[in-house]
Amino acid sequence: MQKQKGLLFDSTMCVGCGECSLACKEANNLKKTSSDPLRDQLSADTYTVVHQFVGKDNEEIYSRQLCMHCINPTCVSVCPVGAFEKTPEGPVLYDESKCIGCRYCMQACPHNIPRYEWSSNYPRVRKCILCAHRLKDGLPTACAEVCPTGATQFGLLEDLKKEAAERIKNNPDTYYPHIYGLNEAGGTSVLVLASVPFDRLGFAKNLPNEPLPEYTGRALQAVPVVLSAGTAFLGGMYWLTKRKNQIAKEENKEN
Amino acid sequence: MKNGILRHLTFWKIIGAIIVGFGLYSTYLRVTLGLGATTNLSDNFPWGMWIGFDILCGVGLAAGGFIICAISHIFHIKKYEPLIRPAILTAFLGYLLVILGLLYDLGRPLDVWHAIIMWNTHSVMFEVAWCVMLYTTVLFLEFSPIIFEKFKWNWLLNIVRKISTPIMMLGILLSTLHQSSLGSLFLIIPTKMHALWWSPLLPVYFYLSAIGVGFSVIIFESYLSARVFNKGLEMNLLTRIGLFSAIFIGVTFLIKLIDLTAYGKLGLILANTQESILFLAEILIGTLIPVAILLNKKLRETTHWLYISAVFIIAGFMFNRLNVSITAISGINNAGYFPSIYEIGVTMMLVVLGMWAFGFAVKYFDVFPVEEFEENEEDEILRPDQKELLAED
Repeated sequence: MQKQKGLLFDSTMCVGCGECSLACKEANNLKKTSSDPLRDQLSADTYTVVHQFVGKDNEEIYSRQLCMHCINPTCVSVCPVGAFEKTPEGPVLYDESKCIGCRYCMQACPHNIPRYEWSSNYPRVRKCILCAHRLKDGLPTACAEVCPTGATQFGLLEDLKKEAAERIKNNPDTYYPHIYGLNEAGGTSVLVLASVPFDRLGFAKNLPNEPLPEYTGRALQAVPVVLSAGTAFLGGMYWLTKRKNQIAKEENKEN
Repeated sequence: MKNGILRHLTFWKIIGAIIVGFGLYSTYLRVTLGLGATTNLSDNFPWGMWIGFDILCGVGLAAGGFIICAISHIFHIKKYEPLIRPAILTAFLGYLLVILGLLYDLGRPLDVWHAIIMWNTHSVMFEVAWCVMLYTTVLFLEFSPIIFEKFKWNWLLNIVRKISTPIMMLGILLSTLHQSSLGSLFLIIPTKMHALWWSPLLPVYFYLSAIGVGFSVIIFESYLSARVFNKGLEMNLLTRIGLFSAIFIGVTFLIKLIDLTAYGKLGLILANTQESILFLAEILIGTLIPVAILLNKKLRETTHWLYISAVFIIAGFMFNRLNVSITAISGINNAGYFPSIYEIGVTMMLVVLGMWAFGFAVKYFDVFPVEEFEENEEDEILRPDQKELLAED
């Protein structure tokens, strides 16, 4: 947790140049998908996009979409073969050699991030990897490195949390008073600041503060209980009803 | 008259052959072109009809197998014995088809074995995968005496008979786990599902409704088999089965009603949205109409009304599973989804293959009880100890 890296995206500082999405493609060897990065969509070949939104005074707002790298990721929890992993450095990574293609990760992701290679005959799940290969070499993510305004900032997650809180405190008029990702679904390694409520920028709303894997975890905790209580119940009923039939049979004979 | 029946059968055979033909063509496209070209699935809607129908409905409709095992072998209510074999056969074929359907849906079907060696015990899907694998094996063992009898492999028959009680118990436990866990799969998407269907009680609903529909499937197949194979119908047993079905379906509905009331969601039912209309349709078809029929003693004891109520419960059950997996998710995520012609083609082929396999098994193995059950009078069928039992309940 101490050395966990993350991103702070401050949409009030974003000018919508799209450099982040272009740098991402280069750093991750992704195919070019659109000439206008602002009109691009997340896909198996696009890990992050910048989209334009309109604020309440008709001002332009730009916001990014990328994997949030949850602290307790839903994808890690749902994958039946354990193809996803939350690394101690922060990135949530996917191991394609394990994947069987059930797509439960896509179905379950609260942020709707993972994309699929639908046209492939041996498809992979694709999503932002927080430039894990660059982090290993001590480099920041490509998107943060290239960002000309500092809207996307790379750093230690703990530092970024403090920084985000500072900004809201120092400029209460600029910011909607919430750090998205601090608590959403147990928190994420990507934090977001904005001038408007986050669902207006396409971020998932109504997320509980509890990590979502807790929801299924409770059901799975019942498995040993069901097994032991079920065995006792079935065994008991088996013995009881068999005995009852025997007694009935004997009484029948006597009569 | 006989000629008429023959023509009738040939007609359905032709229809079946056309369906299987198109299913094979869809299979060819699915294998060569991949999921994108053959399904209407998308990044926004990754689970479609093959999950909603082939798996959720398939597993649920096969619940009759474990229910009848529990009744006759654990609770020792012997009079239901004539229904065991067809129910186990249906369940066994059902699970084989579920696995086959899963292979169509998986992006990497040839890697499905990964689930055996790569474990993630936090995943509901992992639990379901193991339960389905194990339970299909159990169903094979439960069905195997019929095969061993046929070929007179008595030593195998003896082994299977010796382990039959623990095997049946295991089957009931595994079914309890994964029938409910299919509902648990959706627990993790509270914000991506319509509130009329998402509930922490989803596993409970899935379990209870599977039991309810399992009973109705027993009625359904007994009725159809009686007609197609010219067998007698054990009406006295089926009437009781119908009542059980109504009880489980009714209780599921009552819990759902309390659940919706407690969380203040009742208003959503009358919101006049696509979701509310489909929810009402599901409740009307799957619960209100059939339960009303079955709670009426006279109707319940009439063969065709009993059959009609079973058809309603089965249709309502499928409606529910498709609502949970499609309606509840597509609207909220702005993902208009309707299955492609190939998705439908494959699913229809699986259904036809199931029917053919059932027909084949009935023809060559002793699935249905022999003639003595053609009479409906209890006294002729039951041994004295069973009469005693019957008098008690």
